[in-house]
Amino acid sequence: MSGNSKHHISYGTYILVWLALLAFTTITVTIAGVNLGRYTLFIALTIAAIKSALVINIFMHIKFDEPIFKVFLGISGATLLVIFFLTFIDFLYR
Amino acid sequence: MSNHIGAADHQVHRDDVGAKMGMWLFLFTEILLFGGMFLVYAVYRYQFPDQFHLAGMELNTGIGTLNTIVLLTSSLTVVLAIGALQKGNKFLSLIFLYATILLALMFMVNKYFEWSTKISHGIYPGSPELLAKPNGQILFFGLYYIMTGLHGLHVLIGMIVIAYMIAFIHKGKVTPDNHVILENSGLYWHLVDLIWIFLFPLFYLIQ
Amino acid sequence: MADAVAVKSFYQKSTNRHTGILSWLMTKDHKRIGLMYMMAILTFFVVGIIIGLLMRWELISPGRTIMDAQTYNQLFTLHGVIMIFLFIIPGLPAIFGNFFLPIHIGAEDVAFPRLNLLSWYVYIIGAVMVLVSLFLPGGPIDTGWTFYIPYSVRSTTNVSMALFSAFVLGFSSILTGLNFIVTVHRMRAPGMGFFKMPLFVWSTYATAWIQIIATPVIAITILLVILERAFGVGIFDPALGGDPILFQHMFWIYSHPAVYIMILPAMGVVSEIIPTFARRTIFGYKAIAMSSLAIAFVGYLVWAHHMFSSGMSDTARWIFSLLTFIVALPSGVKIFNWVATMYKGSIDPQPPFLWVMNFIFLFSIGGLTGLVLGALSTDIHLTDTYFVVAHFHYVMFGGTGTIFFAALHYWFPKMFGKMYNMTFARIAVVLYFIGFNMLYFPKFIMGYMGMPRRYYDYLPQFTIYQEISTIGSWILAGTIFFIIGYLIHALVKGEKATSNPWGGVTLEWHIPSPPPLENFVSVPTITHEPYDFSQLKEMKDE
Repeated sequence: MSGNSKHHISYGTYILVWLALLAFTTITVTIAGVNLGRYTLFIALTIAAIKSALVINIFMHIKFDEPIFKVFLGISGATLLVIFFLTFIDFLYR
Repeated sequence: MSNHIGAADHQVHRDDVGAKMGMWLFLFTEILLFGGMFLVYAVYRYQFPDQFHLAGMELNTGIGTLNTIVLLTSSLTVVLAIGALQKGNKFLSLIFLYATILLALMFMVNKYFEWSTKISHGIYPGSPELLAKPNGQILFFGLYYIMTGLHGLHVLIGMIVIAYMIAFIHKGKVTPDNHVILENSGLYWHLVDLIWIFLFPLFYLIQ
Repeated sequence: MADAVAVKSFYQKSTNRHTGILSWLMTKDHKRIGLMYMMAILTFFVVGIIIGLLMRWELISPGRTIMDAQTYNQLFTLHGVIMIFLFIIPGLPAIFGNFFLPIHIGAEDVAFPRLNLLSWYVYIIGAVMVLVSLFLPGGPIDTGWTFYIPYSVRSTTNVSMALFSAFVLGFSSILTGLNFIVTVHRMRAPGMGFFKMPLFVWSTYATAWIQIIATPVIAITILLVILERAFGVGIFDPALGGDPILFQHMFWIYSHPAVYIMILPAMGVVSEIIPTFARRTIFGYKAIAMSSLAIAFVGYLVWAHHMFSSGMSDTARWIFSLLTFIVALPSGVKIFNWVATMYKGSIDPQPPFLWVMNFIFLFSIGGLTGLVLGALSTDIHLTDTYFVVAHFHYVMFGGTGTIFFAALHYWFPKMFGKMYNMTFARIAVVLYFIGFNMLYFPKFIMGYMGMPRRYYDYLPQFTIYQEISTIGSWILAGTIFFIIGYLIHALVKGEKATSNPWGGVTLEWHIPSPPPLENFVSVPTITHEPYDFSQLKEMKDE
């Protein structure tokens, strides 16, 4: 609790993460050119989720910050899921 | 009463974790704000899959990809700027922040050309050309303008925030020991990036 | 208790170097900001009441009485917008939350005092924008407070301006919520564990979460409608493929949880008042605390019960109807625990306690009729009738509104250091009860008989009920003005209040009335459970 438990991450780690992000971007653009039918959206969103996990964990330091932040993030994420799910109960069964 | 200078003014109560917690909570409101937009997108894409597909083909994947790379790189520079300041390297930190603003500017210029091309082709909300298209495409382009527009607005705000950070570092208000405000600005900037990570495949990669 | 004279109160000592009104407008003191909210919110409450009175006056007889139909449409819209966005959503958290939440957890202030002041200014800006929208050409908004599409896009009144003010007010609400969450997490005094916090803090904390998570959704919805009006984007326009029901979904994704923003802090106040006047620790502390979080969560699962007749899918209708019944559980837990707390307590029926009794009665009626409306089949019969109007007035006004007065009577001596006339206060409780039921109960009957809400005119068979209702409105409004009157009188001429007039044990009763600027002379260390009345003896010895 005493102030910042500063986790100094090396420049190297950041650059590695950045390279990974670029790699995933390349992959998702390449895959988009291939016709995968209904899996296209699923794959695109999975890659986007992986990319955002990298950004949130490393760039935004949530991995090294107070654990309560993760709980908070979980709450807002879960709320968003609930909202999507319940709204689609209407539109899926129209 | 004027001689009673309040105790609250003197007490330098500093709570970096609290400040960051506040920032995260603010970011959640942003996530939910865009979440609402993504919900609208999801519903209409579900209702008009083919029209969304056709309309998506008209967007320039090249510009979209370029902007993705630009924004991801700016995320890197901002995080490097924080790292450099933590290590006490003010000069390097400033360089990275200037780079961030430059990249953000590039993003906006790209966006400007992208939008103006579309508009010059007569595709903008309420245009006769757009209204002649089927409903699903009207919705697609409506969402395209609103969502990328709202995102662009956030990029602009982020640029202003980072410009302030540069000024603060110059003035010595943000220092290696006291830089939570820079970290918070960084968090905001990453959020802008995060949203783009989802906008990109949803608009530019429906092939 | 005795050293109240020695310490300078927050009225005498300011956080800044200004004097007079500026020392308030620039203050960072949570107590002053709470009082500034009180001034603003009470003003708009009175405006809302006057509009309500005008509507009731119009309805005293069939046909035209004092205004034309368009004016009536504008008035009921304004009544809704003002009461909801300007009074009841900010009411308890912004006034009493600001004033007492930091004191309850032994803190000197909220986590972000400047942000707190900013949120007050944002509130004022939003409120002024509502007022400006009344006088701009185009005239006041006439869509109803729900702003339903497509009429809100077609109406030529100042819809965009009113919508934007709701957007701004939402911002203020978010800032307050954000501030409270960080305050609760970071500012608790030594020894103040999460399960030693007073229940008012718990409920305000749960409310703050709803404010943060739900408000952005209405913000984006409002922006979409404004853009729709400005550019004709087509997002909600069926002619261009948009879906008006999607607007209703997004509107209620916020506005249903917003109901819990309104009621949860009220439930917290009840949990404060009952133990104090029953001289007994609260029954089921953890159950009440957790039920606040449960209500906040379950509140997200039920929004579409406002839309049973909108044309959404049948599957969604029965699922949302089923989920709606779940809300009754945590609410029931609370009511049960409150009653159990009173059981075998030594009850001291002072005015705040009587207000809570009022609340339990009125809120129970509101809650039970909510089940009638939550059931799909009965709702189809009662939807958009006076039954709905009666239901939400019993819940919102009978619930939160009543508790607003309970909190005012409970904390008035602490906030202002003066005591009001007890006899007046007891009379007010009785008159309020009579006026309230006369005003709203006939609406249940009319609604059941088929009287639609928001109608300017009605069939002759409803006349008698409408008359009773209008007379009730006079009694109720008269009582409220009576309350405001004797409270103002108490401010000027009231007796000095002691630091603990009710014999409460939560932290605010340990400090002088009114509290000093720093709240606590030295940082308190908490050793007792929040409602441990054995400390009352030590407190007297101090």
